[in-house]
Amino acid sequence: MNQPRKWIRVTHCHNIPLREGRAVKAGNHEVAIFNLGDRFLAIDNRCPHGGGPLSEGIVSGPTVVCPLHAWKVNLETGSVTSPGNTRPCLATFSTRVENGVVSIEVPIESATNEDVPADCIAHGGVASWLTSSRLANG
Amino acid sequence: MKKLVVVGNGMAGVACVEQILKHAPQFEITIFGDETHVNYNRILLSSVLAGEKSVDDITLNDLQWYGRHNIRLQLGVRVVDLDFERKAVTADDGSVTPFDKVLLATGSSPVMPPIEGIEKDGVFVFRTLDDTRALLARARKGLRAVVIGGGLLGLEAARGLQLQGCEVTVVHLMDTLMERQLDFAAGQCLKSKMESVGIEVLLGRATSAIVGGRRVEAIVFRGGTSIRADLIVVAAGIRPNVELARMAGLRVNRGIEVNDYMETSHPDVFAVGECVEHRGICYGLVAPLLEQGKVVAATITGNKGPVYEGSVQAAKLKIMGVDVFSAGVFNEEAPGTDVVRYEDPALGIYKKLTLSDGKLAGAILVGDTSDSHRYMGWLRSGQDLASVRHKLLFPGPAEDSGLDIAQMPDTETVCGCMGVTKGTIIHAIHEQGIQTLPQLKECTRASTGCGSCTDLCQQFLKAVVPEFQEETKRTLCKCVPFAEDNLRDILRSQKLRSVQEVLDIYGNGQGCEICKPALSYMLDMLWCGGHDEDRSARFINDRVHANIQKDGTFSVVPRMRGGVTSPDELRRIADVAERYRVRMVKITGSQRIDLLGVQKSDLPKIWADLGMPSGQAYTKGVRMVKTCVGTDFCRFGVQDSTSAGIELERRLENLYTPHKVKMGAVGCPRNCAEATVKDIGLVGQEGSWQVVVGGAAGKKVRKADLLITVGTTAEALEAAEVFFQYYRENANYLERSYDFVERLGIEKVRKETAYATDAAKSALLDRLRKSKALARDAWLERDVPKVATQFVQIEPLEEVLA
Repeated sequence: MNQPRKWIRVTHCHNIPLREGRAVKAGNHEVAIFNLGDRFLAIDNRCPHGGGPLSEGIVSGPTVVCPLHAWKVNLETGSVTSPGNTRPCLATFSTRVENGVVSIEVPIESATNEDVPADCIAHGGVASWLTSSRLANG
Repeated sequence: MKKLVVVGNGMAGVACVEQILKHAPQFEITIFGDETHVNYNRILLSSVLAGEKSVDDITLNDLQWYGRHNIRLQLGVRVVDLDFERKAVTADDGSVTPFDKVLLATGSSPVMPPIEGIEKDGVFVFRTLDDTRALLARARKGLRAVVIGGGLLGLEAARGLQLQGCEVTVVHLMDTLMERQLDFAAGQCLKSKMESVGIEVLLGRATSAIVGGRRVEAIVFRGGTSIRADLIVVAAGIRPNVELARMAGLRVNRGIEVNDYMETSHPDVFAVGECVEHRGICYGLVAPLLEQGKVVAATITGNKGPVYEGSVQAAKLKIMGVDVFSAGVFNEEAPGTDVVRYEDPALGIYKKLTLSDGKLAGAILVGDTSDSHRYMGWLRSGQDLASVRHKLLFPGPAEDSGLDIAQMPDTETVCGCMGVTKGTIIHAIHEQGIQTLPQLKECTRASTGCGSCTDLCQQFLKAVVPEFQEETKRTLCKCVPFAEDNLRDILRSQKLRSVQEVLDIYGNGQGCEICKPALSYMLDMLWCGGHDEDRSARFINDRVHANIQKDGTFSVVPRMRGGVTSPDELRRIADVAERYRVRMVKITGSQRIDLLGVQKSDLPKIWADLGMPSGQAYTKGVRMVKTCVGTDFCRFGVQDSTSAGIELERRLENLYTPHKVKMGAVGCPRNCAEATVKDIGLVGQEGSWQVVVGGAAGKKVRKADLLITVGTTAEALEAAEVFFQYYRENANYLERSYDFVERLGIEKVRKETAYATDAAKSALLDRLRKSKALARDAWLERDVPKVATQFVQIEPLEEVLA
């Protein structure tokens, strides 16, 4: 549970345009970072439905719409808000901005220590979680 | 024939005349109106101010109506004298009109409080169509508007001005909004709703002065504080227009006094509407009009009998997202009074019913007004509520949606504004063969007032007319609750050029995957490419100009006009496919080549290596023109379809459309390139071209309709262009041409395109050319990307593993 985490500096703020997302590979994770104007939010970049790249989605308030089948994921909690309203399903990452650079906080461990959120059963979330981890391990 | 003079051409006067016309003809009627418009629906002025309705939409009686009934209409003329000796009225144009009977329907005027500086330029009232036009002419984005008065009219004016782009503050003298219709708790609830849609509300503020030079600059309150104001609307109440009656010696109190027969103190003079006082009450609402009109019509035509006994006062705020309804009275202290209350502050719902001796006396609904007609029914009927007492606020879901309306008695009023009962509506449907809502409106006037009974009227039609199809005013989405044709008007008139601006002013500020691309398209189309492009509002395909695939890779389809390519192009395509390890090379159904499985970061390099323009296969835009070999090679070809198709593609390529547009051109009726199942098709025949539109061979299969047959290729191309631009300007977003043509009907489409006036056609073509002049091959963004990091894979500045 209490995995060691680490803040890593990712990129200059202006590289992530307003109300858009960008994908970044951070160790085992592909993370989508979004610029909401007043803050940045970071989330696992795989839609729990079909693995779609959330970073390419349209931002709607604090939600991103997956470009493949329009699943909606709340960027603050990692939960799917449409269809249905599931418990948190995707990992989210803390962000901060220092000197114009966005940083995210990621676990430094390999995938074996990762804890899959227990509520991720809905919509085949577990499978896609594992797949994405395995892919990331490459 | 006796002479009837009607003073006032507003809703009240004309509603009475309509009732009088139902009796045997006995009057020559003259109507005087001091406004310069035919009778319009005054309640909907706030919708005009909000940009939701046009002036035409709110016209109730057009000039033809007056003509049909031989009514002499004097517009822009005010009656200034009523002379019983000469039995004539004198107007301010000096004309003298004799009468046998007079109907006064002079309405009311805004109260102007004695505030210093109230005469300054920039201070408006909001009562007439001209007032509304003046406001619309002045209001614009970024202005600070202050509305004095937190009643129904003031709040609606505030929202209208906000939708025109103003920053709005409502200043109210009392410590709660709409205090005449709402209690304190409901007023508070309403206040927070107004604030949540972005309107500032200041309570308990008495305005002491309006300051500035010639124009207003600020408003000063008692106590000395002030706020900046570029524009001020005074909505501090209304006062019945009684001067004419008073000068004529009629009995006047606050309003012109009338008895239950709507007779004034003079036997030849009758009065209705907001100018009257009946049993001590002046009504400032439309609801009693029809009841009064029926009574006065009976009395004036010699059928005296029916009496008017007063109306239940009801008010409904017409602000989208701020539902407020109030009816009846709220004297909680009176003996025998019970109060039933329900509150959910988080959801902003507040409901209160006041019962007097077991009957409903008053109802207040904020946040959810869906039950208002039920309460109005109880108020009007005065029925004892003992049997439903335990579920007054919760009717429970009706198992059969028809049950609710089946249970309504025939005498129950459905349309409070026009006083139309369920019985009248059912009768009209059965007897007049009514099948649609517009027919029902025209026949019974139901739902032509505030429109809040539209749903109910639809339910009747649904229940009674087997073939009824619901008329739904489809709004774009929940974020931007306007119909698309409305939106196009609004965006054009408000000169809005960016999606975020539209969302901030007309929407919830956030937008979603439905409205953002739709608004992006609309702005591009309206400003012919001169809008502020915001890629964050575009679907990913339109950010990277490629079609996203299920695995997150992309497909690349270069343009091959008319499906014609060359060995050189094919060689480059082959090289690219190998160089970038394209997973599949596929011939599409559109006579083009698709390169599948491309990484996003490779896209700009691939476009450069191909050296071909974008085929727009990823977007809602011009796809291609599929052609046959026509007269070039084919033994049967009678028209040069290949050249015609290539030219058509060249003229329209790089443009965006409500949905994808696929075209075809064939050199003979054998139709080898399937032009008759395309959005636009050119079908060559001996000596002529048929231009066909609205064909489909996708989710739906539909044979295209013939738009026009023309002699030359030039004419065929132009007809296609005219239709193309007409579709761009009038279809809803994501509406394919075949749905569009079906919705409008090919006759209408033909009339407005192929058979339109030359002026209309060249206007369409001009806008098309203007758009085309700014349209670029999207793949040129390989050199100058719109967004710097669009195709770049961002690498973290530091490693995760220490």
